[in-house]
Amino acid sequence: MFIAISAVILVAIAIGLLRAFLGPTLYDRVLAANMSGTLTVLMVAVLGFMTGRPEFLDIALVYVLISFVSTIAVLRVCGTGCGASRDPEADSGEG
Amino acid sequence: MSNLKHAFNMTLFLFAIWLLLSGHYTLLLLIFGLLSTLLIVLLAHRAELIDREIHPVLLKPSLLPYWLWLAREMIKSNIDVSLRILNPRMPISPKIFTVRAGQKTDLGRVTYGNSITLVPGTVTVDVDDDIFTVHALTQEAAADLESGEMNRRVCNVENVF
Amino acid sequence: METVIYILSWIFLLGGAIFLLVGAIGILRFPDFYTRLHAVSVCDTMGAGLVLAGLMLQGGFSLVTVKLLLIFYFMIFTGPTAVHALAQAALQGKLKPVVDEHEQQ
Repeated sequence: MFIAISAVILVAIAIGLLRAFLGPTLYDRVLAANMSGTLTVLMVAVLGFMTGRPEFLDIALVYVLISFVSTIAVLRVCGTGCGASRDPEADSGEG
Repeated sequence: MSNLKHAFNMTLFLFAIWLLLSGHYTLLLLIFGLLSTLLIVLLAHRAELIDREIHPVLLKPSLLPYWLWLAREMIKSNIDVSLRILNPRMPISPKIFTVRAGQKTDLGRVTYGNSITLVPGTVTVDVDDDIFTVHALTQEAAADLESGEMNRRVCNVENVF
Repeated sequence: METVIYILSWIFLLGGAIFLLVGAIGILRFPDFYTRLHAVSVCDTMGAGLVLAGLMLQGGFSLVTVKLLLIFYFMIFTGPTAVHALAQAALQGKLKPVVDEHEQQ
C-alpha cells in the first residue's frame, strides 16, 4: 500500500517536472520546482514509514525548510527579470 | 531590557525543541546542544531579529476556533478547486481585485494575507499597506472573500496577539 | 479500535494521494501562471495535510507524531509565503494575468 502511495507521489513529481520543462515563464518553472519540493518531503516521509526507519523524518523536516529557502533564493537572484518578460524595463538590476 | 527577556525565552524554546528532536541525553551532548542554541541566538541577535515577533503567537490555544474555521474553509474550497481541475470544460473565471484589510498591526495583516493564500482559490498577489491585491480563480471565491467574513474573524483574533 | 484507526489512516493517505495527483494535473492543465498558483495551493494544503495525518495515525502517539506535526507546521507557514513571493515577483515582472473578459462589465 505504501508503494501505491509513493508511486502516486512519483507520478505527481513527474507531472510537476514536466511543467517545469514546458513552463513558458521563469515563474512557472520556480512554481513547479516548489511543488516538487513539497512532494519530495512527503515522499521522504512515506519512504521512512515504508522501510520502517523513522529517522527519515529528520531529513524531511530539514527538506521543508531548504525547499522554502531555495524558492526565495531563486527569486532573490533573478526576481523580476531573467527573461521572464520581453519588456526591457522589467529587466532592471543584475538579473 | 526586554530584549534580554526575549533572547532568554528564545533560548529556552529552541533548547526545548533540540531536546525533543535529538533524543541524546548524555552530559556532553547536552552541552553541545546548549552551545549550538546559544550560537543561533547570537546569530539572531546580530541579525537584529530578536523582538516580540519571535514568539510563536499563532500557537496560542485561544486561536483554536479560528484555526478550526480556517480548516473548514480550506477543505470546502479544496474540494471546489479540485472538481474544477478535473472538470473537462474547466469552468474557471479568473479575476484580480483589491480588498481592504481592517487589521491595525503588521502581524494581523500577515495573518490575513497568509490566510487568503492558504485557502485555495484566492492568492494574495500584492500588499500595499492595507490594500491587498488578490487573484481569485473564480467569481464565487472572489465574492466569498469580498463578503469580508475572514477579515472580521482575523480582526477578532488580532486582539489576542 | 485499532482496526478503525488503521482503516482511517489508509483513507487519509489515499485521499491525500488523490489530492496530490489532482494538484499536479491542475498545474499541467491551467492556462496561465496565476491560475496554476491555485493548483499548487491544493497540493500544499489538502494533499500534504491528509498524507501527514494518515502517517500520524500509522505512527501512533510518539516522537514520530511530533515530527510529522512539525513538518506540517512548517509547510503551512512556508507554503503561502513562497507562493505569495512568487506571485508578487511575477506581478512586478510585468506578467499579465489572464482575466475572464465577459464577466467583467
